[in-house]
Amino acid sequence: MNFILQPWEWYVAGPIISIVMFLLYYFGERFGVSSNLETFCSIGGAGKFVNYFKIDWKENLWNLLFIAGSIAGGFIASNYLTTTDAVAISPQTVQDLADIGIMNAGQTYLPDEIFSIDTMLTLKGFSILIIAGFLVGFGARWAGGCTSGHAIVGLSNLELPSLIAVIGFFIGGLVMTWFILPLIF
Amino acid sequence: MKYIKFFLVGILFGIVMSKAEIISWYRIYEMFKFQSFHMYGIIGSAILLGMISMFLFKKKMVKTFEGGEIHVAPKKEGLYRNLLGGILFGLGWALAGACPGPMFVLIGKGIVSILVVIFGATLGAFFYGLYKDKLPH
Repeated sequence: MNFILQPWEWYVAGPIISIVMFLLYYFGERFGVSSNLETFCSIGGAGKFVNYFKIDWKENLWNLLFIAGSIAGGFIASNYLTTTDAVAISPQTVQDLADIGIMNAGQTYLPDEIFSIDTMLTLKGFSILIIAGFLVGFGARWAGGCTSGHAIVGLSNLELPSLIAVIGFFIGGLVMTWFILPLIF
Repeated sequence: MKYIKFFLVGILFGIVMSKAEIISWYRIYEMFKFQSFHMYGIIGSAILLGMISMFLFKKKMVKTFEGGEIHVAPKKEGLYRNLLGGILFGLGWALAGACPGPMFVLIGKGIVSILVVIFGATLGAFFYGLYKDKLPH
């Protein structure tokens, strides 16, 4: 039981994610989280404006159940399977974040400078959250997949489009982390 | 009832995302700073084992629980869609510190502000659909 309560190492997590992917295919579906965003649009009535969203969203009900389960899993893990909220990131990362104005890095899962309610209620904080989400949603649908569909499934399946997409993920991620984040805080 | 299995797999996914700290903004920052092997180990080992799954699917050594063939749909080709879409996604991933999967897991952790990110992501998907025909693919 103690093993469960400790943070899980990469060699535990990676194989479990692979099992999740396997099970979704075994159950006759696929592994891809960002397509749920399009389902949300369809449920919200976006099909009235854009034909692209005129789909029978009930066909994607299984995927909505998958993300509902992941919400439940997050609840279970954080309430019953975790003893500390600290994240053991490298000391250099903590130092680098302090240098760009993000304090107490690693003491909780998320920085207050982005995710606290107080930050959310400022214009700047709200904008950061919306823009971050917008980029993820727009980019994932343009590329036709996110970390699950492209990085895990696509690369496992030796797909060239996925390799290009993952290179793109890293170009964007490196530019944000090294050049843009230092300007924001 | 036929959907409950997806809910259960989702629970497993949510727990592993949470327990391995993949939902932590700091882990994503650390990854893009190349200051830890953690995220690379997770993604890398998931892909390596995933290759075995894909091999078994392709050779029809594993079928669905109902006995059907497993066909993994190929990704759409196109340099612009994959590279440019990928870059935008990467910018957002590093800013939000979360890709779509972890966003939902963070709701379960009780993070209210992640709902704004998810709303933004849905808006992003909507605008992609709106301007899809004007974008290079």
